Amino acid sequence: MALLYAIATRIMYAGILLLAVIILNFGMMHLAPGDVADSISQSMGGADEEVLNEIRATYGLDRPFIVQLGSYIGKVLRFDLGYSFFYTQPVSQLILQKLPATLLLVLTAQFLALIVGVFLGVYSAQRPNGLSSHFVSFFALFGYSAPVFWSGLLLLIGFSLHIQWFPVAGMRDVTIEGNFLEEAIDIIRHMVLPVITLASIFLALYSRLSRATMMEVLGSDYIRTAKSKGLTDREIIYKHALKNSLSPVITLAGLQFSAVVSGAILVESVFSWPGLGTLAFESIIARDTPTILGILFFSALVVIVGNLLTDLTLRLVDPRVRTNG
Amino acid sequence: MNNTDKNIVKARHPFTEAFEMFSKNIAAVIALIVLFLIILIAIFGPTLYPVDPFDMVWMPFSPPGEEGFIFGTDYLGRDLVAMIVHGARVSIIIGLSAAFVTVFIGVSVGAMAGFYRGWVEEVLMRITEFFQVLPTLLFAMVIVALFGASLTMITIAIGAVSWTAVARITRAEFLRIRELEYVTASRASGANNFILMFGIILPNALPPIIVQAALMVGSAILFEAGLSFLGLTDPNVVSWGQVIGSNRSYLLDASFTVTIPGAAIFITVLCISLVGDGLNDALNPKLRQR
Repeated sequence: MALLYAIATRIMYAGILLLAVIILNFGMMHLAPGDVADSISQSMGGADEEVLNEIRATYGLDRPFIVQLGSYIGKVLRFDLGYSFFYTQPVSQLILQKLPATLLLVLTAQFLALIVGVFLGVYSAQRPNGLSSHFVSFFALFGYSAPVFWSGLLLLIGFSLHIQWFPVAGMRDVTIEGNFLEEAIDIIRHMVLPVITLASIFLALYSRLSRATMMEVLGSDYIRTAKSKGLTDREIIYKHALKNSLSPVITLAGLQFSAVVSGAILVESVFSWPGLGTLAFESIIARDTPTILGILFFSALVVIVGNLLTDLTLRLVDPRVRTNG
Repeated sequence: MNNTDKNIVKARHPFTEAFEMFSKNIAAVIALIVLFLIILIAIFGPTLYPVDPFDMVWMPFSPPGEEGFIFGTDYLGRDLVAMIVHGARVSIIIGLSAAFVTVFIGVSVGAMAGFYRGWVEEVLMRITEFFQVLPTLLFAMVIVALFGASLTMITIAIGAVSWTAVARITRAEFLRIRELEYVTASRASGANNFILMFGIILPNALPPIIVQAALMVGSAILFEAGLSFLGLTDPNVVSWGQVIGSNRSYLLDASFTVTIPGAAIFITVLCISLVGDGLNDALNPKLRQR
């Protein structure tokens, strides 16, 4: 019962956060110079004041602020994010088109970073002064300090310009069309470099944290008990220690959703990956306000849902946080 | 000299102790020296190397070292050394001022939340949570795109999206310290809330905040580089990220126009991280025992 109550509270908070994001979006749309009428008249090649006022009346821009806000919130909740005059398409449709590419990139990178990061962390925790430990420290430092677009460009120079192993840009080769397998292999070939670039930032974080928590867990009493029972190192690590050292890493991974979206924008831009990041970049250059704010709303939604899921996962996995508010 | 004198441990200023600890960390000391050099370049470089970074001085894509151009020339035949030197100024200025904005907002919010507790804490932490939900780079891009790409706006945008970590750390420290005896003692001797917050608690909460502030300078520099790489920067000012962004289409002809400015960013941020690590070891008494 307490668990249900805790979950309900979290969902309510998520709803309030989402509402706040919508209000922020609306506020920024109002504060920014120029409105919908201006962008319509621009796409028509200019209009006089009378026509502008007419457009404002049709779009309800002459109504009081609070009424406009109310109707905006209603629209967004029905996933109507407005119309892009630059792409001549509804914004929600645009976003849904670009979403799969970004999800593919981001989820693969996160998954890879988590698996490799935890493994590296666990491995080096057993050898605190070994080579792998220094490697983790060094790699973490690199991950923190190198601009992600730069490491992406370095990989591009190395592995698709000098050694031509991977394609330079995009997500698929237009000349490859046919059976499913060939297309899948083509997409994977395009994915390798962007995924490695994006994963490298988070790999550093995860390996460092899981090394630290693993070392802490390995020093605890129940591990000593397990050792004295005569279990092998492998059994101790994977059956006893790993479970308890995972939950900080999961928490951290959950908190990274917002950073992942930010990283994806730069990585997509470097590799011309046709996802939301590229869309965000293009619409910002084109000053396409509805699309920009639509993407901001949508990424906040992804982050909120991601945090919520992490929270619920933790509650299910770790009994210690199950009922804490 | 009698026996008791020997056992008296001389009280040392905590600053001296931290300084000694820091100077034992060789990597951090070297990083500090390099950082100092970079700051010198940012201050005096443009005067000592008076080449306009926007001037076409030679043929495009002249490789490093040829014709006296140490770093070569970019796609418009501009001198890369001049661009790096002038870019250092922008990176350092934005890094420091954005970190200042970050720490200012973060400490104010965190101090209020940790000191007053109750509904103040509840409201402020919800606001913090709200800002953590917005994807930082995207939000900063939106601010800069909607309100103009001046250096001031970029600084504000970076500050507005990155203060949450500082707020959380400050709040945690305040929550811990406000229960300590010396705070109760000050309160009993009549200190008002302002003095308690900023005169008594804050100085004792500073070590982790200082470390975080140092790291914030690094992340602000990375942030600015990302924004200017995407072209969201003041077009009248040279910055490292912008040099990379404008030259990236010519990777095949001249990859050095991308690798050199990137290395400048990397080295600067790496040094800041190392100094931050050093500060962390020096200022965190729990780690000193290790």
